[in-house]
Amino acid sequence: MTPIAPTFFFYFLSAVALISAILVITRKNPVHSALALIVTLLSLAGLYLMLYAPFVTGVQVIVYAGGIMVLFLFVIMLVNIERAMKEEEFNKQWIAGLIASLLLGGLFLAVYFKGRAIFPSEFTKIPEQMNTQQVGMLIFQNYLLPFEIASLLLLVAIVGAVVMAKKKLS
Amino acid sequence: MPTGNLSVTTFVIASIIKIAIVLWVLLTAVAYTVWLERKVVGHIQNRWGPTRVGPFGLLQPLADGLKFIFKEDLTPPYVHKFLYILAPMLALSMSLIAICLIPFGNSVNIAGMNIPLQITDTNIALLIILGITSIAVYGVALAGWSSNSKYSLLGGLRASAQMISYEVALGLSLVGVLILCGTFSLHGIVEAQTGTWFGFIPKWNIFKGQFIAFFIYIMAAYAETNRIPFDLPEAETELVAGYHTEYSSMKFAMFFMAEYSNMVTVACLASILFLGGWTGPVFGPPILHALLPIFWFALRVLFFIFVYIWVRGTLPRFRYDQLMSFAWKFLLPLAIANVMITALVVALRS
Repeated sequence: MTPIAPTFFFYFLSAVALISAILVITRKNPVHSALALIVTLLSLAGLYLMLYAPFVTGVQVIVYAGGIMVLFLFVIMLVNIERAMKEEEFNKQWIAGLIASLLLGGLFLAVYFKGRAIFPSEFTKIPEQMNTQQVGMLIFQNYLLPFEIASLLLLVAIVGAVVMAKKKLS
Repeated sequence: MPTGNLSVTTFVIASIIKIAIVLWVLLTAVAYTVWLERKVVGHIQNRWGPTRVGPFGLLQPLADGLKFIFKEDLTPPYVHKFLYILAPMLALSMSLIAICLIPFGNSVNIAGMNIPLQITDTNIALLIILGITSIAVYGVALAGWSSNSKYSLLGGLRASAQMISYEVALGLSLVGVLILCGTFSLHGIVEAQTGTWFGFIPKWNIFKGQFIAFFIYIMAAYAETNRIPFDLPEAETELVAGYHTEYSSMKFAMFFMAEYSNMVTVACLASILFLGGWTGPVFGPPILHALLPIFWFALRVLFFIFVYIWVRGTLPRFRYDQLMSFAWKFLLPLAIANVMITALVVALRS
């Protein structure tokens, strides 16, 4: 099971991801931004598939592209877009934003040039039939504690959202 | 590429032929599901249903199709044009793509080649189908928003909220089956259900203790396909026609076809996951060996579609708050309990 034309698909999917990611931050209409973000997430799913991770691909599509983004769109659809578009976007934070993105980019470059030794030069190919099992093993044996901590964090976020959304009982 | 013993060229040609056949059968099935629905609901309500076009009204789908094509296709002013046109395309294409992962039977031998009766088999087929259905929500949500009309927007909002809620229960209801079969591949799931107990009780998942999961799946699937009693997104007494209020002609027909082909896909999945797919008695000459499994499969699908229509003719519509609390307070805990009990039993047995 070798993928066909991996170089082409890698550059194609990366280009789609980058272009749609730029569209996310440049479109004025928030619905268009959300749609561009969906395209980004779907092309990322394609990239996961090229890394022999079919399970992660499926979960990426179901949870991010199909679940969370629907909720995003749900909220945006309730906003009065005509008025929101007239308001000035990108208020005076662009200097802070620039610094933050430069720092992040610097971090990525530093990791790429200095820390290459940390990553294995060749990724281990898990046979496709075993992929889902392997992910399950990793989550519930090797990384059980981080996994549970992450789910606890999400639970806290949910409880917090409910508390903030609840009407005050006077 | 799962080419098996085929060369690449034969694989591509066989795939194209299979795609053409499957799409043709699916679209015909969609057209005649509409006919069947009008007939059955008609008889339930003491009417005849369509009788004028052809014998028993059998040519009615053709007449409907022609009418859809020749209707004026008007785009209302003030719609968001790009999304307005994209939405029905998205809804229909996603529901057609989902069928490509459904196996209709084992492989057949044609001219010495072993051709699987399925457009494509992957190890995560079930996940892909869930992903495609979750993308299909955008067709409905965007149709509602881009129409720039209050009825459409409310319909779209309801649809996206409903589909998200029921998708959770739907996904969890499948986990029990997956634990029992140990694979995501639909082909593998059917393989795991072959054989019988005591010679007459088939080893279907529904008899392996997954009947609660089956019940949850059916409920959630009705909600996912926006069918009565969960057709809140297009409740005509409140919302005119919900998200497709502003659509006419073929664009409306695309939503219509998407809904019915989703019904067919859901029925196929239910047969595969819970009722043993194409398993059944096979006898007679080799040609029957090839065709009988497909027949058994089609019979199950037809049964599910009939139940769909039966339910539509019988039940009234939920209220919206009932719909939501039913999903989150009843189906979801039940599905989680089912997963835990199944996992426990499987763990104790092994």
